[in-house]
Order: sequence, then C-alpha cells, then structure tokens
Amino acid sequence: MNIWLVMLLGGVLTFGMRLSFIYLFGRFEISAAVKRALRFVPPAVLSAIITPALFMPNNTLDLSWSNYRLIAGAVAVLVAWRTKNTLLTILAGMIALLILQVVFH
Amino acid sequence: MNQTMKSFWAGVRAGSPLLVGVLPFGLIYGALALGAGLSPAAAQMMSSIVFAGSAQFVATQLVHESAPGLIIVLTIAVVNLRHMLYSASIAPYIEHLPMRWKTLLAYLLTDEAYATAIIHYEKEELTATSHWFFFGAALALWTTWQVSTALGIFLGAAIPSSWPLDFAAPLTFIAMVVPVLKDKPVVAAALSAGTVALLAYSLPFKLGLILAALVGILIGTVLENRKSAKEAL
Repeated sequence: MNIWLVMLLGGVLTFGMRLSFIYLFGRFEISAAVKRALRFVPPAVLSAIITPALFMPNNTLDLSWSNYRLIAGAVAVLVAWRTKNTLLTILAGMIALLILQVVFH
Repeated sequence: MNQTMKSFWAGVRAGSPLLVGVLPFGLIYGALALGAGLSPAAAQMMSSIVFAGSAQFVATQLVHESAPGLIIVLTIAVVNLRHMLYSASIAPYIEHLPMRWKTLLAYLLTDEAYATAIIHYEKEELTATSHWFFFGAALALWTTWQVSTALGIFLGAAIPSSWPLDFAAPLTFIAMVVPVLKDKPVVAAALSAGTVALLAYSLPFKLGLILAALVGILIGTVLENRKSAKEAL
C-alpha cells in the first residue's frame, strides 16, 4: 500500500475516533468494561514493538553480548524507571548504543 | 480585548507548559521519519493528516520494518483507540456548538489538548466563549507539532546515515511504557505482549504485532477483573 494512502486512512480513522462520541453525544455510552480494557492498549502495543527491536535486531533472536541494542535498551529501561524522563531515556539509550558501536568495532 | 480573544489567549497560555514536552517529540519524529525512509513531504504531511504523536512513531517504525500498509493502518487505529474516550469525555461540554466547531475541535483532540481542555471545563463554568479556550490551547499544540516536525526533518537530513537514528523509536516507546508499569495487570499486559511479539514474530504481514497486543490487553483485563472481584468480596 502506498504510504500516502496509509497516512490518509490512518488519519481518517484517527479523526473518526476523535469525532465519534462528540458526534454521537447522548445516543451512546462506552461500557465500563471497554474503558478498563483501553488502559492496557498503550503498554501492550508498545511492548510488542519494543521487544523485537531489542531482542531480534537482525530478525532472529540474539541474546549474546554482541547484541548492543539489547544492552542499550536495558540501559534505557533503567533510566526510564529511575527518572521517568522521556528525553533522558532516549539520550541514555542512544549514547549507550553509540558508545558500544564505537568501542567494540 | 473582547471575551473571545481573552478566552483564546488564556487557552494558549494554559497549553504552553505542554509545548516543552511536545517540541522534542516533534524534532525526534521528524528526524526519525526521514531515517525510516519517508520523504520529507510525507513525514511533514503525516504530522497534519494523522496528528497523533505515538501513532506517528509507531507508523514510522513499521514503515522502517517494511510492514504491509494495512497492518500499519490497523496499528495506528489501535494506538489511537483512547481518543474515543477523550471524545466521550469532552462531548457534553461542546454539545451545543455547530458542527463545524465540533469537527475542528475533534481534529485537534490530542492527549495534550484533551488534558488542557478537560481541566478547564471541569474547573470553570461553561461560558459562550469556553470553546475558544479549547481552540487556543489546541492550536498552540498543533502549531508546535508542525514546526518541530519541520525542524526535525531539517536536522535529520544533516545527521550522518551511519548513526542508528532508527533506535530512537523503540527508546521512545520504552520511555512511554516504563512509567505506566505501576500495578500487576499492566506489568502482565506489557510482559505477555512483549513475549508473544517475539514468539509470533515470523507470522506473515506483521500479524504477530496485532496478536501480541490483543493477548496483552486480554491478560491485563482478566487480571484486573479478578483483582476487582476479590476486592468486592
């Protein structure tokens, strides 16, 4: 699928969800069960993207010390957990990966 | 200054602390989108057509992994599901407005705009110009997102291609996920989704991602229901 079509469909769906209940006000209610389930959407989706990027940098499972992305990712998790700061987390992970690549190459 | 403009500028001021958080995100997104292989025009247009930070990061990552278009669209939809909650929550306050206002404010309804607007609506009495406050905050956020994307595209073009810029996407997701891992159901949802994503990685069309997300959401919901059932006893 063409990237422009992907963006257009993704944009229309996003706009549709943002407009949904504003448009339907009074005609519809979100059930409590759905509200509870929605809380798990971001951690589930994002974790499903994170693990392959860290554990399978070359499309196969790599648990060795030469998997720098896994080590740098672990550094980022630690920084995120201690600081809860987005920018620091990204910087720490990026710098860790750059150092590992430069030192061990 | 009339009441309309007063409300508008009060909204801009209320939204401005959040701009500090939005700006670096836009920069990183712009640079990352180029690194993932998007053209500068496509990278910039995604910020106005989709206009949703985390969904744009996810889409960029999937473009980088050459995922099929349909899977990217589906993932954008899943990541943005929470906007239906914002829509339901903000609806009673803008119910009286004409459709063109509802359409405009719906387009601008991001996490940050929602947070700013709902705090205002819950605290202040609804007036004839309340929606101008919402619009002011949302427009400030929109403008910052567009400008920071453009700056990121500009900077991204200057960064040497040997730099592992694509790694910024999973790092951003780590920064988003780790702080919300506060109770057992959420941790279980994240861990199970992350594990299934590895096990199901070889499924065609990146379906492993969708499967992993569904398993995570299901496990989180089941654990939470069990917890609240216990508390009810």
